[in-house]
Amino acid sequence: MNGELTTIAIILGIIHQGIRLATPYLFAALGETFSQRSGVLNLGVEGIMLMGAFFSFYVASETGNLWLALLAAIIIGVLMGLFMAVVSITFQAEQGISGIGLYLFGLGMSSLLFKTMIGSVTGITGFSELQFCVTDSFCLADIPVLGEIFFSHSILTYGAFLLVPISVWLLKRTTWGLKVRSVGQNPEAADSVGVSVNRARYAAVILGSALAGIAGASLSISLLNVFQENMINGIGFIAVALVYFGGWSPVGVMFGALLFSTISALQLWGQVLGLNISSNISVMLPYILTIVALAIPFRRAAQPAALTKPFSRGEN
Amino acid sequence: MNRRWSDRLIDNLLYPLAAVLLAFLFGAVILLLQGVNPLEAYSSMVTGAFGSKNGLADTLVKAVPLMLVGLGIAIAFRGGVINIGAEGQLIVGALFTTWIGVQLGEQLPGAIAIILGLVGGALAGGVWGGISGYLKAKMDVNEILSTVMLNAIAIQIAFLLLRGPMIDPAELAAGTNIPHSARLPKTTDMPRFTDLAQMLGITGGADEVGIGGYLGEIYNVLVQPSRLHSGFIFAVIMAILVYIFLWRTTIGYRIRAVGLNRHASRYAGMNVPRTIVLSMTLSGMFAGLAGAVEILGLHHRMFEPTAVSAGYGFTGIVVALFGKLHPLGIIPSSILFGGLLVGGDKMQRAMQVPQVLTVAIVGLIILFVVSTDYLVRRRQNRRLSAEPDSLTTPDEPASPSITSAEVSA
Repeated sequence: MNGELTTIAIILGIIHQGIRLATPYLFAALGETFSQRSGVLNLGVEGIMLMGAFFSFYVASETGNLWLALLAAIIIGVLMGLFMAVVSITFQAEQGISGIGLYLFGLGMSSLLFKTMIGSVTGITGFSELQFCVTDSFCLADIPVLGEIFFSHSILTYGAFLLVPISVWLLKRTTWGLKVRSVGQNPEAADSVGVSVNRARYAAVILGSALAGIAGASLSISLLNVFQENMINGIGFIAVALVYFGGWSPVGVMFGALLFSTISALQLWGQVLGLNISSNISVMLPYILTIVALAIPFRRAAQPAALTKPFSRGEN
Repeated sequence: MNRRWSDRLIDNLLYPLAAVLLAFLFGAVILLLQGVNPLEAYSSMVTGAFGSKNGLADTLVKAVPLMLVGLGIAIAFRGGVINIGAEGQLIVGALFTTWIGVQLGEQLPGAIAIILGLVGGALAGGVWGGISGYLKAKMDVNEILSTVMLNAIAIQIAFLLLRGPMIDPAELAAGTNIPHSARLPKTTDMPRFTDLAQMLGITGGADEVGIGGYLGEIYNVLVQPSRLHSGFIFAVIMAILVYIFLWRTTIGYRIRAVGLNRHASRYAGMNVPRTIVLSMTLSGMFAGLAGAVEILGLHHRMFEPTAVSAGYGFTGIVVALFGKLHPLGIIPSSILFGGLLVGGDKMQRAMQVPQVLTVAIVGLIILFVVSTDYLVRRRQNRRLSAEPDSLTTPDEPASPSITSAEVSA
């Protein structure tokens, strides 16, 4: 009986952790979905996340105001996105390369600023886990099983999941979403009916980058509450691949994010339980999984036809 | 009709230099905000990298992996694919070379062990790059994504091996368990420049020969003991061979043709998927070679993978772009960026500016260089429309058009 209880506790712990860790993947990958739907592969997400993580952490530790910190992450995300957009859309640069440039820029700048402005690794008090208290003595988080899994996350985690239906609505139900999808699918046709291809792409890339900034902040001021050099550690790159994985649909991206975060959660719990799985293998697993998933042919149909192709009127 | 030399100069030299200048200008603003005089910082960088014998030797040492990686990335670019996986390819190359050296180094004569090590490193890197090429050609997997993923996988494999079967027995005995391999036998060390000079019977320093000033420093780099090893000569020879390969052989022509226009190449009867696999494999081979040379020439043992690859896989991209994807342009380009890395280190010591500034600057240079390609293309188009008779023989584009998402044949 006792053994069963702990098994349940472990499973609950893994599910809870999986939902929690999905936060940065969701923000980054949903943002990247907008960008890719408009035809721009923004490979610089990792760099934007690093900058977002740093600036939100810095503002949080200086002012103690977490909402101001989040705003800082959004602003830096917008600026980085604008930079990416100018290079990749206006100057029609090869997107895989410009993304690596943006990543290195973000990596170098966030490390430099961390070293000169903060110096050592310290913790802060980040967004706390909500309890949803109905009365003084009863909180939703106290509900057995469900409460533990669903009602004890920080506001950013709920925001990340709320972003899924919002993204669906934006892409499917709004004129703006239609424009974004059309310039990613057939920019010439969109142009011929008067849609400004580059303006729609700028908007999508900048929105995506702002979300990447929040994704970085979700790590530094909500999940981990520290900043370290290179702390994003590949999540940004996986987020880019998650968009392919999820077939360019927000719901698909959400399932992909949950899959990856659950693997990370299993990793953590494996270590806690002292399971004899090499951490190197479990770290490797998501990356292998991504490659395998990319090789599965059925999602090809959904790829925006003009992805990575710059648009210029009257050429080609 | 050839392009006028002034146009060539502007396209190939002025734009890239402007891109670098702009990146350093941005760096200067950052330095100013840090309260550091940018002129002082940059001059400490330049003198640190190029001013003295030791700085110069370090710069050339760093130019070796950059040159080899840059050559590989240029081959991929020329073939119309993008290789962002040089980090991983370099790591698996270094791992395999280390394994060969540790296992066979004692039994074999040094020269043969070195050659085997180089070949092994190239093969391992080639396989690692070839995976992405195969996935792209056969299953239409975006090679940008697969190479990024394979980078992460290579790092974990390296740690796995260095903590397990490849760990230095001395580490196990001491119980410290630092993940690094045993040292390769001394016989497998690629000769240093000073060793080569001694073989030629040159022993005296610049003072003894009577060469003064900066020339004396350069002379000392070649003759006196430093970390500079024969891998530099090897890399330069490789650059020349890649030039001959791309411009003087049928396979090289095919790679460039597929890079310039995949559809036309298919109509001309070329096997496009096979050429894509070949481009990525060759590209990976050069990154693997870089790993092999780093082990045999410099480190003589494998340790923390990201410290061995040291970002060369990414800096190699800017080396290739700055060298205009031309093997002979990559030689000076690699020395320049080797100098940037060394200079960043010297600047950190002299001015207390964190070295990571150079990472940010490299990122900016990449962004600016890829942006100037657009200006070059626009200038070319304008020239074409200005000279109607030249329409029949258009210029070769500054770089091949790469449409990575394009469905392969």
